[in-house]
Amino acid sequence: MAEFEPLQDEITAETLVVGGGISGITTAIETAEVGRNVILVEKKPTLGGRVLATNQYFPKLCPPSCGIEINLKRIRATDKVRVLTLAEIESVTGEPGKYEVTIKLNPRYVNDKCTLCGECEKVCEVERDNDLNYGLSKTKAVYLPHMMAYPHRYVVDPAFANDDRMKKCVEACPYGAIDLDMQPRTIKATVKAIVWATGWQPYDATRIDNLGFGRIKNVVTNVIMERLASESGPTEGKIVRPSDQQEIKSIGFVQCAGSRDENHLPYCSAVCCLASMKQATYVRERYPDAEVHMFYIDVRSPGRYEDFYVTSQADEKFHFHRGKVGKIVENPANGNVILEAENTLTGQITKLEVDMAVLAVGMVPNTVDQAPPLDAPIDEFGFLIAGGDRGIIGAGSALRPMDVAASIQDATGAALKAMTAEVRR
Amino acid sequence: METKLGVYICKGCDIASSVDVDKLVEVVTGEHKVPVCKTHDALCSAEAVDIIRKDIESEGLNRVIVAACSQRVFPELFNFGSDILTDRANIREYGAWAHEPNDEDTQMLVEDYVKMSIIKMQTSEPAVPLIEETSKEILVIGGGMTGMTAARAAADAGYRVHLVEKEAELGGWARKFKAVFPKTPPYESLQDPGHADLIKAVETHDNIVVHTNSRIKSAKGAPGKFDVVLKNGSEAPSFKVGAMVVATGWKPYEGKNLGHLGFGISPNVITNVKMEELAASGEIIRPSDNKPIESIAFIQCAGSRDQDHLPYCSSVCCRVSLKQAMYVREKYPNAKIYVIYKDIRSPQQFELFYQKAQTDDGMFLTKGEVGEVRVDGDKIAVDVSETLLGEDITVKADMLVLATGMVTTNKPDDIPVAADASVDPAAEIAAVKEAADESTLEDGKKAAASAEKGAHLINLGYRQGTDLPTLKYGFPDSHFICFPYETRRTAIYAAGPVRSPMDFASSTSDAYGAALKAIQAVESIAQGRAVHPRAGDLSYPDFFMTKCTQCKRCTEECPFGALDEDAKGTPLPNPTRCRRCGVCLGACPERIISFKNYSVNMVSKMIKSISMPDEFDEKPRILAFVCENDALPSVDMAGIKRMKYSPFVRIIPLRCLGSMNAVWVSDALASGFDGVILIGCKRGDDYQCHFIRGSELANYRMDNVREKLTQLVLEEERVQIVELAINEYQKLPKIFDDFVAQIEEMGYNPYKGM
Repeated sequence: MAEFEPLQDEITAETLVVGGGISGITTAIETAEVGRNVILVEKKPTLGGRVLATNQYFPKLCPPSCGIEINLKRIRATDKVRVLTLAEIESVTGEPGKYEVTIKLNPRYVNDKCTLCGECEKVCEVERDNDLNYGLSKTKAVYLPHMMAYPHRYVVDPAFANDDRMKKCVEACPYGAIDLDMQPRTIKATVKAIVWATGWQPYDATRIDNLGFGRIKNVVTNVIMERLASESGPTEGKIVRPSDQQEIKSIGFVQCAGSRDENHLPYCSAVCCLASMKQATYVRERYPDAEVHMFYIDVRSPGRYEDFYVTSQADEKFHFHRGKVGKIVENPANGNVILEAENTLTGQITKLEVDMAVLAVGMVPNTVDQAPPLDAPIDEFGFLIAGGDRGIIGAGSALRPMDVAASIQDATGAALKAMTAEVRR
Repeated sequence: METKLGVYICKGCDIASSVDVDKLVEVVTGEHKVPVCKTHDALCSAEAVDIIRKDIESEGLNRVIVAACSQRVFPELFNFGSDILTDRANIREYGAWAHEPNDEDTQMLVEDYVKMSIIKMQTSEPAVPLIEETSKEILVIGGGMTGMTAARAAADAGYRVHLVEKEAELGGWARKFKAVFPKTPPYESLQDPGHADLIKAVETHDNIVVHTNSRIKSAKGAPGKFDVVLKNGSEAPSFKVGAMVVATGWKPYEGKNLGHLGFGISPNVITNVKMEELAASGEIIRPSDNKPIESIAFIQCAGSRDQDHLPYCSSVCCRVSLKQAMYVREKYPNAKIYVIYKDIRSPQQFELFYQKAQTDDGMFLTKGEVGEVRVDGDKIAVDVSETLLGEDITVKADMLVLATGMVTTNKPDDIPVAADASVDPAAEIAAVKEAADESTLEDGKKAAASAEKGAHLINLGYRQGTDLPTLKYGFPDSHFICFPYETRRTAIYAAGPVRSPMDFASSTSDAYGAALKAIQAVESIAQGRAVHPRAGDLSYPDFFMTKCTQCKRCTEECPFGALDEDAKGTPLPNPTRCRRCGVCLGACPERIISFKNYSVNMVSKMIKSISMPDEFDEKPRILAFVCENDALPSVDMAGIKRMKYSPFVRIIPLRCLGSMNAVWVSDALASGFDGVILIGCKRGDDYQCHFIRGSELANYRMDNVREKLTQLVLEEERVQIVELAINEYQKLPKIFDDFVAQIEEMGYNPYKGM
C-alpha cells in the first residue's frame, strides 16, 4: 500500500534493509508481518536482485518467479514496507536503537501515473544494453525491467534521459507518466536497526586468463548460461554458442573457475556444483543427444542436494571427470573449445573438445563495491563477519556464499536479530 | 447488510479502443441494475481513485468492482478498507490485450467477466476476522544450541518462552563437544562451541521458563491456544502457548548398522561421536589397550551418501573429521592421519580450514572406495580402491573412526531412513480415498494411524498425527527452497538439524528464523489473520454442520491437519490451524463449507451468469479454473505479451486448484459449457503447489469427475487438467486453442440449451 503514499523528506521505521534481492525482500516482509515498519532500499529500478536472472532453482527445477510472486503479493498486502528503488545509502550515523541514514533517490523519469500500457516502449527509438542479460541483448531506453518488476512500472535508463529522441516517448504516453526532468532527491531515515543484504556478483572471469573468457568466443560463464537457458534471455531459451549461434551438441562445465584458488577466490562458493548440474539439465532437456562433461575437484552437494547429484550421475550422457581445468584453447578450425584438465596428484593431462565451455565462477560479495558503513567488520574477501546480533546485521550472501534457500533462511533470522538489536547492544 | 455496488470501468490501456465500453455500461446498469457505474480514462490515476472513494462515502457503496487490469496490478490502490469488498474484472490482460479488438467475441468475453464479478460481489461478504483470546507465549522444544538460541531470541524480543529439554542439563550436543570448526576469520583454528554463556543467558532470562528432564506429554488444541502438558518424572506441569519451535536436533546414524565398515570387529573401530567424547574427555587413547595413538584413519560418508543407509549427505562430517584430526595432531605431534573420502565438502570460507589441514605434513587425504576392513595384528586395516593415485592401497592404523551422519529426531526410530525415501502423495491420497469410500470410523482411524508414525516429539492432539509430517528422510519442511520454515502444521516451525543436517553456526542462525516465524504466528493469530502463504487473510471456512454426512473427506484431505472429528466423524474445525486454501471446500460433496468471500455457491452462480450462445451460433464455451498463485500470473503475462488465444475461454480464479469442487464441473456442463479445463501447479515429489497437495487432490478428484461424465454419456476429454508453472505463459495460448479445437472436433455439449 505504501507505494502510493507520498514520500516525506524524513521517514522512520524500526528496521532498514539495504538490498532488495531475495534476502532483503525476505527480511523486509518477515519483519512487516510481525507488525513492524520497514524501509527496503534497492539501488536498481526493481526488487528481485539476482533471482530475477535465474532460470530455475535447484534441485526442484522450479521457476524463481513462483516464490517471488508470493513475496510481492505479501509486500502489496501490507502497509508496513516502504520500498525505495533506485535508492542508495549515502551515509549512516548512530548505533543500534537509533541510526540516522541519508538515502539518495535517483530519478526513474517515470511517475506513478504509469499504467504499463507500453505505448512509450512502442515508439522509443533508443536502445540500451540489457543488464539482466549481461549485455547480450537490448531493450528500449524506456523499459519494464522484468515481467515481475516491483514497482510494476517502466523506467528510463538515466544515460538517455537527456537524449532528445526520448521526447517522442513523453509525447506517446497517454497518461503523462514520463518526466525527463525528474531530479534526484535526498531523504533522511531514522531507524532502530540496519540489515545489510547487498548480495553478490559473479567473479570477473576475464581475470582467469588461462580459461580464455573474453578471448575465446565459446567460453561463457555460469551466469550467462543461466540467461541462455531462460525464455526471457537473449536467445529465448535456446542454448546456442556465441561464435555461430549453433545449438550445442556437447558442453563442458569447468568447476572452481577461480574458486578454491589462492590467486583468485580462496574460498568455495558452495553453489556452483549444483548450479552446473542444474544447467546440465537445461542442456539435456532441450538437446537429448548432447553430451555433458563436468570437471571438478570435489562435487559438493550437501544435505538432500545429494539426491540431485545421484540423479545426475545416473544420466548416461552426463560425464563427471575429476580434475581441475588448467587451460582452455580454441580449435580455430571449428570454433570448438579444448579443455585441458590436470589430475592434481598424478599430473596426468586429459584433453577434451566440446562445442562450448561454461566457467562455474564463484560469488564475490557486493561489499567490495560498497563496504557497509560504520564499523561493521568484514573479512579479507569482503564478507560481513557474522557478529550476529550487534551493530549492522548481515544477511544472505553478504555474509558468505550461499544459495537461495540458505539466504532466505538467514534473512528470516536477520529480521529477528534486527528486532532485538537494541536489547543486545 | 444490503449490498450496494459500484462498478468502475477503465477505458485506458487499449480497453476503450478494443471494446464497446458504452455497451458494457448498459450491461451493468441495465441487465444487472447496478446503481453506480462510471467510466474513466485511467482508473489507476489518483483522480479516479478519489472518485471511487467519494462515491463510497456519498452513495454508501460497500462493494466495488474495478473493471480494468488484472487483480495483480496495483491491488493496494483499490484497497478501501476491510468493510468494502473489492473485486477486479480483468478486461485488460484477459480481454483487450489477449483478443481481437472490436470483435463480437471479445465484447462478449469482457461482458462475461464483468457479469461474473457482479455476481461474485453479490454472493460474498467482507471477511470478519475470528478473534479469540490467544496466548502469545512460545514453546521451544529442545535445549541444545538451536533451542537455546531460539528461546533467547524470542525472549529478547519480549515474548515469554517455555524451553523444554529432555535431559537434566541444557546444552545438547555442544556440551559433549570439545570444539567446533571456525566461523570467523582467519577460519583456521578451532573455536569453543559457546554453549556455556548461552546456558547462563537462558537460565537467567526473565522471559524464559526452563523445563529440564521434561518431554511433551501432550499438546492439544491449536495455534494461539495449545494446551501443553509436560512429563517430568511424576510431575505433569501444564501451560498454554501460541506457537512452537521444534529444535530437537539430530541423532547419530548408528554404528551397529555399519558392520561392512568394520564396526564391531574391534573396540578400536569407533564412530565420530565416540571420538568427540574421547577428545572432550582429554583422553584420546586407543580403547583396546589405552595406548597413545600413532596412527588413525577416518572413513568419510560412513553410511552416508549410501542408498542402503542415509542417501543424503550430512554436510558436516568432512569438517568434523578434519577437526578431530587436529585434536589428534595436537596431542600426538607425530601421529599419522589418513582420511578416506568421496568428496571433501568444506563449503564457503570453511575451505580455508580444509586448506589449513592440508598443509599439515601428517595428514594424508585420499579419495577412494573403501573395500574390506579387518583386524590386522593390533591395527585396523582398510583396503581402498580407485584412489587418486590410480592404485589400490591398504591403510593400517591404530584406530579407525567412522564419520557417521546425522538423522533427524523427527524420524520415528522404527523406520529406516533409506526405506521410507519419500511419502508418496498419491499413496497418501489413495489411503484417504479408501477410508472415505468405506466410510466407517474405524477405517478413518486406521488411515490416520498409518499417517501417524510420528516421532512423538510434540504429541499433538491432531486427527492427522502427533508430529510434523515429513516428505523425505524425516525432514519436516514443506517448501524448503522459497519458504524454508514452512511446515504442514501452522505455527509450528522446525529449526536446526531436525529439519536438515547442519552445523552449529547454521543451526543458531536457523534458530532466529524459526523464532521469528513463531512470533509472527502468535501476532497474526491474535488478530485473526492467516499466516503464510495467504498472510493477512481474514476469511476462514464456515461449516453448515446440520447437512454434514460425516464422509470425512475434509478431515482427511486438509493439508494442514486443521480439522479434527468427533466420535461420529463430524468435523471439528480449528480455524487457527487453517491456511485458507479452500481444499476442504473443494472436498465437500455436500457443499457445506464456505468462506464469507469464497464459496461453492459463489462460483456456481458465477458460472451460471455467463451468457451461453446456442449451438447454432457456433461459439463454443470453455470454462477454465485457474489457480491464482501460479497459473493466473501466467495468464496475465500472456496478456502483457499480447499473445492471442481463443475468445471462447472464460477464466475463474481459484485460491488453489485443490479448492475445486466437482459440482462446479457439473454446473458448467449443465449450463452448456462444452469443455472445462483446470490449470494448476506442478504436482508430485517436486510439487510447486503452495498448499502442498492442492493440485494433487484436484487430479485425484478428476477420477470422480470422469465417472460423472461417463454417467452423463459425455466424452471424458471434455474435462482436462493441465499443470503449468508460473513462467510457462508461452504455452498458454496453445493450451487454450488446442482444447477449443479438440472440443470443436468433438462437437458441442448435447446438454447445451436444455
